Amino acid sequence: MNTAVASFATVQSQEMPQSADVSLESERPLDDESREWLRALRADGGGRDEALARLHALLLRAARFEIARRRPTLPHLRGNEFEDIANEAAADALLSVLRRLDDFHGASRFTTWAYKFALLEAAVKLRRRAWQGREVPIEPESWAVFASNSLLPDQQVEQGELLAALQEAIEDILTPHQRQVLVALALNGVPIDVLAERLGTTRGALYKSLHDARRKLRRQLGESGFALDGWTEVTR
Amino acid sequence: MNDGKRLEIEQTLSRLLGPAEAEVGCDECFDKLDQYVELELRGADADAAVPGLRAHLAGCPACREEYESLRALVGDDPAL
Repeated sequence: MNTAVASFATVQSQEMPQSADVSLESERPLDDESREWLRALRADGGGRDEALARLHALLLRAARFEIARRRPTLPHLRGNEFEDIANEAAADALLSVLRRLDDFHGASRFTTWAYKFALLEAAVKLRRRAWQGREVPIEPESWAVFASNSLLPDQQVEQGELLAALQEAIEDILTPHQRQVLVALALNGVPIDVLAERLGTTRGALYKSLHDARRKLRRQLGESGFALDGWTEVTR
Repeated sequence: MNDGKRLEIEQTLSRLLGPAEAEVGCDECFDKLDQYVELELRGADADAAVPGLRAHLAGCPACREEYESLRALVGDDPAL
């Protein structure tokens, strides 16, 4: 974890209420199946090889599951490309699981814990593949949604003032990096993993920038008298 | 304003301003996602056990997608 993300996590943990049952959940005894997975993966010889093969099959199943969910949104990819992505995701997830094996303490079943690595790898690869060769827009493309002339008269004053104040705040109070990240992710719909790859950073670090930008905007709008409790009831 | 336009504006505002509640970051979300999903599937109070994760899922589409996938993948497991 980089420094920025570590700082973010610290700030957040200070702001949030303490978890109610998390200590109990974290200290649950390992179920038999999870204990057997750990024993086999930490063993020597043929037993470990067999466990690795079973784990790889499990991760490949999860990667294919993720691909099947997203496949309708990726009509330009061919079947063999999906299978390549599934195999790459499973292989990368296997390395991640083995590297982080000591992080598993039984807060869930081992298989659930392992699945998430394959789902993440597959999802990230699919997002990046979908944007391969495409320019990532970091300037506003969607300010049209803020045009108050698209609103009915009785909504123009209320919504129009808010939207104008928000657009002004985005341009005035954010750092160039925060504005770039906010516009790309929240306005232009660039997937966070795609932007992270293009900017040479991580999802966590980018989300920290997005989070900071959002807090600045909320604070600014709040100080300007806008009530921001629930977007269906934006009032001033 | 038609409903479609109103929805578009509300969704844009939501994406720009994110959740009002305190939230965890992406790394902590990933670390606790398996625990959170299993607690939900068992009918336990996942939000009390893992505070800030629900808000993060509202603010981070990528983590949200992975949460939905994990929940769907293990959701039919009778062992939970």
